[in-house]
Amino acid sequence: MARAGITEGSYLSAEPGRGWLSSWLLTTDHKRIGILYLFSILSFFSVGVVFGFLMRLELIARGPTIMEAATYNSFFTLHGVIMLFLFLIPVVPAVFGNFLLPIMIGARDVAFPRLNLLSWYFYMAGAALAITTLIIGPADTGWTFYAPYSLRTGTSASLAVFAVFVLGISSILTGINFVTTVHRLRAPGMTWFRLPLFVWATYATAWIQIIATPILGVNLLLVIAERLFGIGVFDPAKGGDPILYQHLFWIYSHPAVYIMVLPAMGAVSEIVPVFARRVIFGYKAIAYSSIGIAALGSLVWGHHMFVSGYSYTAAVYFSLFTFFVAIPSAIKVYNWVGSLYKGSIVMDTPFYYALAFIFLFSIGGLSGLILGALSVNVHLHDTYFVVAHFHYIKFGGAAFGFFAALHYWFPKISGRMYNRRVANWALLFLFSGFNTLFFPMFVLGFEGMPRRYFDYLPQYADLQHLSIVGSWILVAALFTMIGNLVVAAYRGKIAPANPWGARTLEWQIPSPPPKENFEQIPEVTRGPYDFREGV
Amino acid sequence: MDAKETKAHIVGYPVLLAVWAALLGLTWLTVGLSGTGLGSFVIVAPFLIASVKAFLVVDYFMHLKYESGFFKYILLIVLGTVVVVVWLVYQDVAYRY
Amino acid sequence: MNGTQSAHSHRDYTGSKIGMWLFLFTEFFLFFGPILLYSIFRFRYPQAFIEASRALDTGVGVFNTVLLLTSSLTMALAITAMQKNKKGLTLILLGATVLAGAVFLVNKYFEWGAKISHGVYPGGEALAGNTDGGAIFYGLYFFATGLHGIHVLAGMCIIIVAALMVHEGRINSKDFVKLENSGLYWHLVDVIWIYLFPIFYLIR
Repeated sequence: MARAGITEGSYLSAEPGRGWLSSWLLTTDHKRIGILYLFSILSFFSVGVVFGFLMRLELIARGPTIMEAATYNSFFTLHGVIMLFLFLIPVVPAVFGNFLLPIMIGARDVAFPRLNLLSWYFYMAGAALAITTLIIGPADTGWTFYAPYSLRTGTSASLAVFAVFVLGISSILTGINFVTTVHRLRAPGMTWFRLPLFVWATYATAWIQIIATPILGVNLLLVIAERLFGIGVFDPAKGGDPILYQHLFWIYSHPAVYIMVLPAMGAVSEIVPVFARRVIFGYKAIAYSSIGIAALGSLVWGHHMFVSGYSYTAAVYFSLFTFFVAIPSAIKVYNWVGSLYKGSIVMDTPFYYALAFIFLFSIGGLSGLILGALSVNVHLHDTYFVVAHFHYIKFGGAAFGFFAALHYWFPKISGRMYNRRVANWALLFLFSGFNTLFFPMFVLGFEGMPRRYFDYLPQYADLQHLSIVGSWILVAALFTMIGNLVVAAYRGKIAPANPWGARTLEWQIPSPPPKENFEQIPEVTRGPYDFREGV
Repeated sequence: MDAKETKAHIVGYPVLLAVWAALLGLTWLTVGLSGTGLGSFVIVAPFLIASVKAFLVVDYFMHLKYESGFFKYILLIVLGTVVVVVWLVYQDVAYRY
Repeated sequence: MNGTQSAHSHRDYTGSKIGMWLFLFTEFFLFFGPILLYSIFRFRYPQAFIEASRALDTGVGVFNTVLLLTSSLTMALAITAMQKNKKGLTLILLGATVLAGAVFLVNKYFEWGAKISHGVYPGGEALAGNTDGGAIFYGLYFFATGLHGIHVLAGMCIIIVAALMVHEGRINSKDFVKLENSGLYWHLVDVIWIYLFPIFYLIR
């Protein structure tokens, strides 16, 4: 059949002497592992979308509509756990990092291929545990599992927390693999400053995964020890301090948001120069800013805790550093926009998605600065303003970046092209639905509507309704976008090896790539965004 | 591939035994110092001595002394992170009302 | 720093060690959490911590420290022995390392048992209603030494597997990175105890 034709000789073709199932479940090919992650992550993403959709539906009328308050608490907990730990944290590194990183640096695979497969199994195990809590009585603490409530709740908080621990192991193994790969497996001539910016982004992310994740890991173990044995460190009844839980939690979870967004920014850094047909503006600045975000992002965690009751001294430092951390992100935005200057812009699907990212991320980022101001935070903490902020950054930012990456690298991964008109229309509705859903939340928050509340006062009803309509548009658009890609995977037109005319190494090999990536390891002599003719 | 690698360093038995003796000595010192009335220094002293012991283990038993600069560099990143995180947490804990 | 690779036989000695060191960093940060918490509570509840620390058996603590330090020595000696192609000596040294780990764990079992039988454990009668910091000392003590004990056990298993590979010749004087990495893990377990010992046993 036609599919066998284009995949012949590629990583997708059958492996002699191996059954189909084991050729996937026991693969050590980084490309196949990327695909395993893609399918599993998208499945869990869909579950997370369903939770979000139902939460919105519940709020269509005041009082209980389709669920009781306790169920609502579980829903926002699971929505958060799934969207963050099962979707956003792994998605770009584990799907695109795995698929592309070795190819982009001119290698045949990652440094530890079997460890790579193991990381996927840890992901699946953690996911299974998380879904199990859904069945046996999901936690109702919020994805943040704050003590002391998380120490006392009768729901399956221990299992939920352990699921996140297991997922953390997956993230750590990926981080270790990528750092080692970038240091050891670059092709001859692939100097640090010839690396594609996606590699810089993924590399910085990998360091965060290594350093920050274990701190969350031990914090979760401490919660389990509290629940099972009552060790007392977070329990005020025993002289413990719940704020210390928050410290250990956010020391990871703030850098985690950079794990989510940095690789997505890396994807945008790949797309912009290709569609502007010119070298990216300020390559070194963007490369260093990835490292800068990773470093500075480790200093700001206390901005989640301004009203927790911790010291004013700490609050001032954290607010100050929060303003600093905006700088490297802003540098990226300026440089992307600057790359459009004097470019020969090609308006095509991946570029539209990247533009959507830049716009939505900027709004999200600016709203973060608003929240970073101490006095303002007192008014806005735990309101819908925060919900809007992080959805603009995580959904409008990281997730849209993931969608952009999907539309950019789809032809490379599958060897086929999707229907661009459908993709563009899906983006239009995605963008409209997203803004209709989340922008009103900025206003709602400013007007005092608290987050995680299952009911609301009458004055918030109109904006809630507007937001809910937005959620319907958004979900329909998501369905269309993903459906378009799924259809294309099986029936799309055969795509050439380099449909976008890019210069990075992955586009110089066939689509879909062969098993060993390169017939011969390339010798690199130019930068990744060199669009000069005849050079 | 292996031909390109420099020959792995071998840490001799005498060096390892000397380090072990030093570790035992430092342990004896730590125990001896505990309970002596050196004021607040007595809280920090065991930690400092432990750090000396840790660095002996890292440098000689774990061969860090003989590794390329890269390994020392990444350890520095880790220690730097620790210093910064501890400092920031203490900005909270030390100044609570 | 780059290595060119052939398609299938992919041996990267340095890369393998980098991976192990990065993994050790994660273990380091895992223990950093409870030790940070400990330091905060140490300043908050000095009296309770001193009293509780006195109740721990310093002698056993010292003995366990000496055990682990010596096991670290035998592990390091084993690496040198392997590099010098002394297979028999390597196996003896690895056996000594595992033995020291086992004795450590047995000591821990008796230590814990003594405390538990007196109700001195999180949730036990002796600490019920305790709010002066004593409950927290023991909470941290059991958590940290328990987590450490799990790592001692894991380290022993890793070394046993390595010893089998030495015996089979899969680890040899030409290809010993797996032994070295096993040793690195064991040394980290030792380093963690180097910190745990004074902070729990020697507060006066």
